[in-house]
Amino acid sequence: MVELQNYSGILLEGAWLTIQVALLSLLLAVFLGLLGALAKLSHSVFFKSIGTLYTTLIRGIPDLILMLLIFFGGQVLVNNLSYNLNEWLNRLLTDFNPQHEWTAYLPDYINISPYIAGIITIGFIFGAYMAETFRGAFLAVEKGQLEAATAYGMNKYKLFLRVMFPQMMRHALPGIGNNWLVLLKTTALVSVIGLQDMVKIAGDAGGSTQQPFTFYIAIALVFLFFTSVSSLLFSWAERKYTIKTR
Amino acid sequence: MILPTLSIKNLHKSFAANEVLKGIDLEAYKGDVISILGASGSGKSTLLRCVNLLETPSSGEIRVNGELIEMKQDKKRGAVPVSIKQVERIRSRLAMVFQGFNLWSHMTVLENVIEAPVHVLGVPKKEAIEKANAILQRVGLYERKSFYPGQLSGGQQQRVAIARALAVEPEVMLFDEPTSALDPELVGEVLSVMRGLAEEGRTMLVVTHEMAFARDVSNKVIFLHEGLVEEQGKPEDIFSNPSSERFKQFISSVY
Repeated sequence: MVELQNYSGILLEGAWLTIQVALLSLLLAVFLGLLGALAKLSHSVFFKSIGTLYTTLIRGIPDLILMLLIFFGGQVLVNNLSYNLNEWLNRLLTDFNPQHEWTAYLPDYINISPYIAGIITIGFIFGAYMAETFRGAFLAVEKGQLEAATAYGMNKYKLFLRVMFPQMMRHALPGIGNNWLVLLKTTALVSVIGLQDMVKIAGDAGGSTQQPFTFYIAIALVFLFFTSVSSLLFSWAERKYTIKTR
Repeated sequence: MILPTLSIKNLHKSFAANEVLKGIDLEAYKGDVISILGASGSGKSTLLRCVNLLETPSSGEIRVNGELIEMKQDKKRGAVPVSIKQVERIRSRLAMVFQGFNLWSHMTVLENVIEAPVHVLGVPKKEAIEKANAILQRVGLYERKSFYPGQLSGGQQQRVAIARALAVEPEVMLFDEPTSALDPELVGEVLSVMRGLAEEGRTMLVVTHEMAFARDVSNKVIFLHEGLVEEQGKPEDIFSNPSSERFKQFISSVY
């Protein structure tokens, strides 16, 4: 227990980082989920295919592999892109002015931090799950509710904000809650790409003190605490959004 | 010459190959209460829904206070309105009461009533609430103003829906079988509110199966059969002396 106390400060910092990654990913996931759902429900074949491709691809590949792909693959992609842009710009300028000297307009090497990569990956993955949740929720909104809005002269933006969205949310909340719990636990994966989150710190500390059990139990309890608080919040929100009947 | 509040000329509506309305003419002047009767499938609900473009007419003219709703032909989608803004503005002047109430279930009674005035017509909220309170008094639901639709009976919900319609001070009120989804013992409370509206000179278009309402309250009755006006006139004339054989059969089958 003494070891645990020694590490408690840094563990708490890790826990805070976990929360940050989780909340920012959630924000991205909700945004992408809404876009994905609207794309899948749109009448345009183009948007529909993009939405379907997104949800099918992401939901069919293990999270860990996606994480590694985006972190390492994304790094290579960004750097190649920046390299090629530099070359292209310089070539263009040399064409106009032969005296032009080669200059690096974009940095040669952009380092994607594990923090950003983690948020983008998790947000991207859970956006696909959210898209399915939102799609179902949009379809569950009674047609008559929207028809009444149309009949009273609302334009499509007002209809979305005043009727569609609040009605959809009550159907989506249970699914969002579920996705959030899984998302929160998935943040444990960012330790793989080197982010100093709670899991990584517990692993390192467990290794150097040779007491892995103590540390993993400790963070397991922290995760359990986070998920329990979330469940409480979500059941409160569901009560708030529920259809009031007698 | 007095302009009709609502005028419909040669209205056609097809769903794919199925022609539901085959050329309807209708004029409603201020204060008219017009009952639209007909067997199911005769096109009466479609006609009402075409008036505020919940269904887009395939061809024909609709004018509200003389203003023509402009339509154009689109290669892919058939007839479409030229300006959706114009349609939205006209819709906000025509209030609809639905068979299934369609109150917004996430809003309280009061919120339902002030929604269109505040968020479509731009009436200041305070003013809208004062007016809504008065309207709710009048339909007998002021005490229920902070209830949600799901907490009310069908008859109460339909009276809230009427209050919602009144709140926009509509040129014409459109009723789409307003009592058909109600338990028999709740029909009376809704009809008596509608009777009151007719008496104070509201312009109303009512699709209904309530023969007593059509006969006693409306000043004009239209009987549709297979997408055409089969019989029309003052209720006292056509009920006692119908010229169409089908209307005769229809009346005797309902009574």
